[in-house]
Amino acid sequence: MKLYCLSSEPTKPCLVLSFKGITLMLDCGLNMQSVLHFMPMPMVPSAKFNSLPSWLPRDNHQDWQIEGELKECCGRVFVDSTPEFSPPLEKIIDFSEIDAILISNYTCMLALPFITEDTGFKGIIYATEPTLQIGRFFMEELVEFIEQTPRATLAKHWKEMLHVLPPPLADALKPKSWKHIYSLSAVNTALSYIQTVGYDQKLDIYGALTVTPISSGYCLGSSNWLISCDHEKVAFVSGSSTLTTHPRPMEQATLKHANMLILTGLTQTPTANPDTMLGELCMTVAITLRSGGCVLIPCYPSGVVYDLFECLSTHLDKSGFSQVPLFFISPVAETSLAYSNILAEWLSTNKQNKVYLPEEPFPHAFLVKNARLKHFTSTYAEGFSSDYRQPCVVFCGHPSLRFGDAVHFVQLWGNNPQHTIIFTEPDFPYLDALAPFQPLAMKAVHCPIDTSLNFTQANKLIRDLKPEHLVIPECYTQPPITAPHRTDLVIEPVGEKPLITFKRGEVIKLPLKRKKGRVFIEPELAGNIIPNEIRPGLSLASVTGELEVKDNVYTIKNIEDRPSGKRKASSSSPAPIKEEVLKERKHEYGNLDPQELLQKLNQEGIQGAKLQHSPTATSIHLQDEDTLIQIGDNSTHIFCNGDQKIRRRLRTIIMQCLKRF
Amino acid sequence: MPDIKVTPLGAGQDVGRSCILVSMGGKNIMLDCGMHMGFNDERRFPDFSYIIPEGPATNYIDCVIISHFHLDHCGALPYFTEMVGYTGPIYMTHPTKAIAPILLEDMRKVAVERKGESNFFTSQMIKDCMKKVIAVTLHQSVMVDSELEIKAYYAGHVLGAAMFWIRVGSQSIVYTGDYNMTPDRHLGAAWIDKCRPDLLISESTYATTIRDSKRCRERDFLKKVHECIDRGGKVLIPVFALGRAQELCILLETYWERMNLKVPVYFALGLTEKANNYYKMFITWTNQKIKKTFVQRNMFDFKHIKPFDKAYIDNPGAMVVFATPGMLHAGLSLQIFKKWAPNEANMVIMPGFCVQGTVGHKVLNGSRRIEFENRQIVEVKMAVEYMSFSAHADAKGIMQLIQYCEPKNVMLVHGEFAKMEFLKEKIKQEFGTNCYNPANGETCVITTIAKVPVDASLALLKSEAKRYSALPPDPKRRRLLHSVLMLREDGVCLVDADEVTKAAGITKHIVRFTSTVQVRDPGPAHSTTLKLLQPLKERLSGWTVQLTDGSISVESVLVKVEGDEDDQKSVYVSWTNQDEDLGSYILGFLQTMLN
Ligand SMILES: [Zn+2]
Repeated sequence: MKLYCLSSEPTKPCLVLSFKGITLMLDCGLNMQSVLHFMPMPMVPSAKFNSLPSWLPRDNHQDWQIEGELKECCGRVFVDSTPEFSPPLEKIIDFSEIDAILISNYTCMLALPFITEDTGFKGIIYATEPTLQIGRFFMEELVEFIEQTPRATLAKHWKEMLHVLPPPLADALKPKSWKHIYSLSAVNTALSYIQTVGYDQKLDIYGALTVTPISSGYCLGSSNWLISCDHEKVAFVSGSSTLTTHPRPMEQATLKHANMLILTGLTQTPTANPDTMLGELCMTVAITLRSGGCVLIPCYPSGVVYDLFECLSTHLDKSGFSQVPLFFISPVAETSLAYSNILAEWLSTNKQNKVYLPEEPFPHAFLVKNARLKHFTSTYAEGFSSDYRQPCVVFCGHPSLRFGDAVHFVQLWGNNPQHTIIFTEPDFPYLDALAPFQPLAMKAVHCPIDTSLNFTQANKLIRDLKPEHLVIPECYTQPPITAPHRTDLVIEPVGEKPLITFKRGEVIKLPLKRKKGRVFIEPELAGNIIPNEIRPGLSLASVTGELEVKDNVYTIKNIEDRPSGKRKASSSSPAPIKEEVLKERKHEYGNLDPQELLQKLNQEGIQGAKLQHSPTATSIHLQDEDTLIQIGDNSTHIFCNGDQKIRRRLRTIIMQCLKRF
Repeated sequence: MPDIKVTPLGAGQDVGRSCILVSMGGKNIMLDCGMHMGFNDERRFPDFSYIIPEGPATNYIDCVIISHFHLDHCGALPYFTEMVGYTGPIYMTHPTKAIAPILLEDMRKVAVERKGESNFFTSQMIKDCMKKVIAVTLHQSVMVDSELEIKAYYAGHVLGAAMFWIRVGSQSIVYTGDYNMTPDRHLGAAWIDKCRPDLLISESTYATTIRDSKRCRERDFLKKVHECIDRGGKVLIPVFALGRAQELCILLETYWERMNLKVPVYFALGLTEKANNYYKMFITWTNQKIKKTFVQRNMFDFKHIKPFDKAYIDNPGAMVVFATPGMLHAGLSLQIFKKWAPNEANMVIMPGFCVQGTVGHKVLNGSRRIEFENRQIVEVKMAVEYMSFSAHADAKGIMQLIQYCEPKNVMLVHGEFAKMEFLKEKIKQEFGTNCYNPANGETCVITTIAKVPVDASLALLKSEAKRYSALPPDPKRRRLLHSVLMLREDGVCLVDADEVTKAAGITKHIVRFTSTVQVRDPGPAHSTTLKLLQPLKERLSGWTVQLTDGSISVESVLVKVEGDEDDQKSVYVSWTNQDEDLGSYILGFLQTMLN
């Protein structure tokens, strides 16, 4: 069993597991940290960005041809080009050999088109219905954000001169492997490979493995995966939450006692408590509104944003701001809101029970009906300018602040200290996100809400699940870079077994040894098996049959006689048929008692047997027949001349003295 | 051999009151718990005393599975849980769990408030009953206990309708409930994978009907409505709040749109909005087309269908009105009926079954004069039409489902005896499987043959695979496996014959025979060997005859020639007892050949 790690981010994992001849990709996360090295893409040309100085190396001995590729803002250098992404590592695995991709949740599938497009991929992708639908929104939004601000030229020469660039750009991870975003048609192709699955659905992979998605409690339709065969169980836990929010709670019982637990996708903000952050967010919004300011909350088009609508609207109602409009701006805002209310089966019991009334499970349907929450495809969409009024709260993408309507609002409100931007999505360090907009007068507040497992929860979970081996990203063995002194923020080993770690580019052999497989014996054959008791607690029986291997399922059948015309033609006695020799095959065991044999020989009228002892063996000599029977501890050897008749008689007698199975 | 026992308490050679008991692997499962709409007495509910002679029902039944919300499939459930006292698990899909209590309550009102029946379950009992229900999603594998597993498949009959696959140990059955194999106006087609159950229990309502009849009925319905409004008449359609009502609404809505009709259509149910909301929220259970377009346009947000006000009853001109209840026994539908019945331009369309004693039943039976309690007499001059719109699989659909899931046995329920008999023969003929159709109370025993699963050591399987792949490919060659079954306290395992001594801690006793044949053949020994090789190969086709270290070997048989350059040679033939037949044959053959 081998594990290949193709991604550097534990929350955007991409692993490949090879097991029993099957190649499974576990998640297909897209690393987006790379976009932070790029200038934001405003929808209309920005005087401020345009006036930023170009950056050139100090001693320009060489002509790097980077004219206009790099810009400097407040001491940091940015690439002035269409942002690029870091897809899963290509070299160590052939994507055309992947049998299936298991997707945990919609945040872990954005690299799919890089795997399915022009790679010869012919596998199948398993994901739940919400994962497919919402994952599509994420991809479509991303593509639309990037495509709405096309650039004539694309920077590439800067990648040749990393060593002369200042940090953090100099530390960019393998920029030559970065890629431009995929097309919408590539998204459609990739998603067409998806077969939607339900929780606890057992899926058969070529008869060799069974995979089952189980609820992970992190977001709508999010799942962990059980990968099992007859005797072995591997649990892949990615993006799980034990907090009570809108999704179905996490299922833990079936994850217990796995031979291998692969755990990834822990919180990115281990020092922040999501509940506290939510409280702070509500307060910050109220304070800003009170002073007449507006609030920008960069967000993804689904997920925690649903909880924010619910909590914030309630809080604002209580604080006397029930007239303040909430704007949700995204190319997929309307569909996202609509879909969330038809996915009752994937929700927490509380929300689910509402549909029995019947009421919409999320209050945002009610907020939309009452025009409290307004959704638009973009700031340029029809009706937005007429509905827009200050103060207001705007939810829009993208949390990286490199593309999407968020760029517009940071530019619009950046110079006014009355306004506030609140960072809730944990994917991007907020100061890095803001860097190309500096200096800013607008207040920036960091309230990361990450409901994924924290280290305490994860360690407790591991203790409860009691896996035989634990496999985690290498970075989870050390405190996070943001809190190096917090030695409690690590994953502890289970029992005596050492932790198995992985990082991007590594191929690890996992210590899972299969010893047994499952076979089926057909009833007809099974009925004929008569076990011999060798000793109390142990019985043996020889079983001979025809093995049929179909779709990796092994069945042993009775060997049926096949009429054969050929053999009849031969004149002399026919040669024994292999099937028949094998069918009769039994095994003798134990010792042969020479005295007993002598006695039996006598009884059968075979005279003249003489027992001889030598230091190494006992033997019986039959002088009349010119035959010697050598008797050892575990063997008997009969030497005779060619007289078959006497030999067969001897055989029958010897067999009477031995036990067999 | 293990058996599966099936006893229909209802729906055996009959439509209505579906309730089937299945026993397998020591588990008892109740499939549906329906009521008979045609009876007012105790025959209304299944005869539970059959299974539960005494004591709590929970001891006799391991779980109850409800296929869909129609009352002939779930109508007796509150009676069974709250009055008979079953407290075990009940499974149904989410939409069924949402909609069933509403229909149960509707029916309860009719039975108790209109007909004054006693000994019926109460509103509170319906609520208490539904609290015990565990909702399942499609394809989810649910372990009822450590041995009993169930899984729901899409049935396409009504919103949330499901077929259930049920497994205990190595035995499995599929129960279809009601299903439809062709996509509908608002639902998709039933689907199941090749799960090869030991038994498929299928409904057979339309066992002899040919497809397309539903489309015809729809066309017929629209034509009649259209003709009536063209002559300025009013159309009354009494319906239950959920189910067929939504389907007919979609039908009229699309027709109105296409024909650009302006005549008003009203939906006059207290529950309308609420009912349609169920459909909106469970839109993932509808067909692909509705699912895809729901953001732009929810199929259940009707443009042409408006809420009805009582004042509209006397409005002049044509109109179409949907009103509850469906059997014209009370409420608004009856009120409208009384007003409109005397006018021959008008029409009433009954889209469902009517219980005996209701106005609906009388009208359908051709009564043209109906007398009410207060001596009021209504002349029925309006046109009366009956149309069934339920979506069931037809003969072709049933055959298709059998083909999909490849059952070893088939059982027909929920249909008329004569029609079942016809289909039964067809199934036997086409698939060669047994087909049963037991009557109510009749127990059907189905013997199943199961493969026995055992563990096998990988060393055994790997060495076989190695031997097999070393041989030149031959599709006719059988893969022969000789192994030893080891039964110990810690389990049963198939191992290699060589492996067993170590694994079981025993020593084998090898019995070997060596015989000699004398031959005169001048020349070196190995040339004698070579002379033997070819004839042996010819004789022993199917065996691997090899020359190794100057000896010929076949399995454990060794043929070795010894002797100097002179013409006297000794040919030794040696083999272990396991290859006795082979060894003694080779010895005999060499004796004949060499002498
Ligand atoms: Zn039905």
